[in-house]
This record gives sequence, structure tokens and C-alpha cells, in this order.
Amino acid sequence: AIMFTQVYGDNGKMKEYHYTGPVEHRFSPYSFNGGTVLAVAGEDFAIVASDTRLSEGYSIHSRDSPKCYKLTNTTVIGCSGFHGDCLTLTKIIDARLKMYKHSNNKSMTSGAIAAMLSTILYGRRFFPYYVYNIIGGLDEEGKGAVYSFDPVGSYQRDTYKAGGSASAMLQPLLDNQIGFKNMEGVQHLPLNQEKAVQLVKDVFISAAERDVYTGDALRICIVTKEGIKEETVPLRKD
Amino acid sequence: MALQDLCGFKDSFLNSRWNLPASHPVEYLSESPIQFVIAAADTRSSCNGLVACPASQKILPVHSHLVGTTSGTSADCALWKRILSRELRLYQLRHGRRLSTAGAAKLLAHMLHPFKGTELCVAATLCGWDGGEQENISKMGNETDDLAKTSESDSISQAEARGRNPCPSPAMSRQHCSAGGKQLVRSGPSLYYVCSDGTRLQGALFSVGSGSPYAYSVLDGGVRWGLTVEEAISLAREAVYRATHRDAYSGNCVDVYHITSHGWTRRDREELREEYYREKERERGKVKERREKQEGVEDGQSSGRKK
Repeated sequence: AIMFTQVYGDNGKMKEYHYTGPVEHRFSPYSFNGGTVLAVAGEDFAIVASDTRLSEGYSIHSRDSPKCYKLTNTTVIGCSGFHGDCLTLTKIIDARLKMYKHSNNKSMTSGAIAAMLSTILYGRRFFPYYVYNIIGGLDEEGKGAVYSFDPVGSYQRDTYKAGGSASAMLQPLLDNQIGFKNMEGVQHLPLNQEKAVQLVKDVFISAAERDVYTGDALRICIVTKEGIKEETVPLRKD
Repeated sequence: MALQDLCGFKDSFLNSRWNLPASHPVEYLSESPIQFVIAAADTRSSCNGLVACPASQKILPVHSHLVGTTSGTSADCALWKRILSRELRLYQLRHGRRLSTAGAAKLLAHMLHPFKGTELCVAATLCGWDGGEQENISKMGNETDDLAKTSESDSISQAEARGRNPCPSPAMSRQHCSAGGKQLVRSGPSLYYVCSDGTRLQGALFSVGSGSPYAYSVLDGGVRWGLTVEEAISLAREAVYRATHRDAYSGNCVDVYHITSHGWTRRDREELREEYYREKERERGKVKERREKQEGVEDGQSSGRKK
């Protein structure tokens, strides 16, 4: 196993490239594996998209590691951050879903999964899961729902949200294009599925240009009442 | 200084809890004939310089007559409020009455105590209306002291009204008095500040968060005995507006909650950007007026000299 030595200093900034003096190496249980996740909720659909690059430091571990995981027929979760915690967290969620299904004889709704995930994440408040989660799915009425989380379980329902390494670049763009924010005199057209998918593709292509941890391929999961459709689009591989 | 510095919240690269270094003034006037509590808060949640959410809810209702404002780490506040709601509901079911705000504050403080010294960061104010499930008559307007007292004693529970001297001042009538060894329940508006470092304070006015100094200055300038509900609400709104203007970690919109004996009511969320433009318009209008008046005076003078 590769020991991850801290590239980032205690104040969050990257340490100097040239050796300046004695360096203390501490074992960090976390590692940052990159990746960006995006979710958009429409009138009767939800889209969860993620890139498929798995990186660590200057290396790429895999070009085909999607970050969207199907939970139920109406819910998909996107997890980015530390891949180890992403895997464990999705295993725990799957187990809890199964337990719920067996005791209550029905699948968990998107809202219930979100509430459950919040308590799972807060259970590790003092040694958090280093995962940025976004849940996309349909609520009980069949409308699109997106729930976004922080690593310790704070969550709320949104219309759209970007998470992961390129989130700071994508979120303002989504605010403008989907939320029609910061524009004057524009018609607020409701988002239909084709336009939403095209927007997601365009937005990820832009993210791959400017963020080193995003690229390789884009996996889009479209959730409708018919089920979950998956689509893969190639992105920059450099 | 952001709230996270005050709490000693350490920023590691694992930084991305949503913080709510909010600014929310909370006030209640106990001496005024109007009995109410106003809570106002901004809606920005930030995370190390990034606005994680421009439309978060910092005022969370706990039950029909208790509302809590939250500041600190978003997840901590959301979860502890939820735990508090659960405990208060259990208390209500077991004892047949709602727990007072003071009791809720004590409960929250005791629940947070085991986590003192950890990185938990919660700074909440609990605003509520205690006791008195009977109807309360709230008198409007600046009426005399006598009427103020009577409207108060209406809201006080029966035990107090029974065998006591009419109190000379509203403050005294709301203390814990024991008449014949029976414990009396304080009733009326109540405001408590609870913090994860163990602080628990009662007060009439609180402002919490990174923008609180700015909010305090506006509130201290405007708060006085006998404020009406509308005046208080506009003062709270103004305080949040000024704080969002000056503090980087506060911004976006303002939420205002109004708590009376009938429970809490919520005003629509208001974008403060509009308020800023409205103010600029007003100022522009005033400058224009002043300039016109100045020109008018000069014209008058010059025409005078001609004569």
C-alpha cells in the first residue's frame, strides 16, 4: 500500500516543492481521490452525473471509477472525496436499505435515505467520512429531488448542486443557467430533460478543462419513473 | 473575526463542514405592553471562503412555541436541535405540559456538556413563549403602566394571580414567587443563549455570530421600552442587513420569525440585495432634493442681490 505523506500543510496550503528543512511525516488516515459529482432535479426527473477519474496526488489510479451508485429504483447517490470512505459508506447505506426493506416491506424513499445518511454521517462526527455526498432521485410525488450533504451530515434539499473537486467552478455556472441567478430580464424557462442532460455534459467538459482531478469520462444517471438510464460520455484524458 | 476563530475551530484540509458564522439578532421586550420575541437571521452558510449554501435555514422551529437560531457548525446545530425537539416532545408527553424555555436551555446545555473540549461548535438562542395554555390578550399601543401590568398578569398562570399583591413593576411580577409553598411557573416571552462551551444566559437581547458586533450596534441604537411589533421587526431586519453588508461571512437573505403566545409565525424570506438597491435609490433621491434646495436658495439670493 502506498503511504500518503502529507502534501498539504496544516493551514491547507500546499507545501513548498523544494526541501526547506526537517519535515515531519505524519500518517494521515485520509487521502484525496478527486472527482466531481453533479445532480440536477427537474419536474419529473433527476440527473446525477460524475466523472470517472480516480486520482491521488500526481497519479491517476483509474480512468473508469464512476462515483454514482444506484441505491433504489428511484435514487442514485454520488460520492466524491476519499474513495475508501465512499466505498464503505455506500456499503453501509446498501445494508441499511436492505434492513429497512425487510422490516417495512417497502423501499426507502429519497427523503428518508437523505435523513438516514445524515445520521450515519454524524455518527462519525469526530472521525468523519471524508465524502461529499449528493443524492438525486424522485420524491413520493414523482418530482425530482436533490439532497446535498457536507462530510458531517448537514443536509438540505436543493434543485441542483455540484460537489467534489470542481464544485467551486461548477456551482456558480449552475446558479446562472438553472437558477437564472444574477441575470436581469431573462425568461425563466422550466428545465426539460434533454436540455438538462446537454447542460450537464457541457458543464463537465468545462470542468475537465480547468480542474486536474476531473476528466477521463463522464457517467450520467437519469432517474425517471421508468427507471434509471445510464450514459457515458468521454472527456479529456490529460 | 469569524465564529470559528472564537470557538477555536481548527481548519484542517478536511475543512468542509458548512459553517454558519451567522449574524442573527434576537430580541424580546419584557417591559413593554406587547409581549413577543423576534428572531432574525441571515441565510449564508460558508465553508472556508466558499459559500456552500446561500439559502440555508438558520432559524429552526423546535415546537409550536419555541424557535431556535443556530450558529456554528451547521451539522452540529441541525442535529442538536433535532435531539432537543425529540426530548421536549417526550417531556410534553410524560408531564402533560410544555417545558419552559429556561428548561429547554438547561437541557440543551447539559446535553452539550459531555462534548466540551471537542470540536463541537453550537451557539444557539432559544426564543419561546412559556406556559399559559390559556388565551392571552395582547394590548396594542403605548398604554399606561397599569394596563401593562394587567395584560401581564392575564398571561401569568392561575396560581400567581390567586393570592398576591399587585406588583409595582412588570419585572417583579414575572419572578419565581412561592405562594404557600407551591411552585409557580414563569410565563411569557423568554430568550436564552446556549453555547457549546457551556454558556447559558438569559436576556432580552442577543446577537450571535461573526456579524454580531455590527448587529449589536444597530440594535442598541434602536431598542427602547415600548417598541411595537412592526418597529421591532424592522429594527431586527435592519440589524441583519447592516451586518450582512459589513461582515463577509453573512449575507444573502434574511429570515424573520415572530413568536407570541399563539406560537411562531414566519415572514417571507427577503433578499437583502434589493434592500441595498432601495437604500441607494433613497439616498440618490435625498441628494437630488438637497441639491435642488441649494439651487433654490442660491437663486433666491442672487435675485435678491439684483434688486
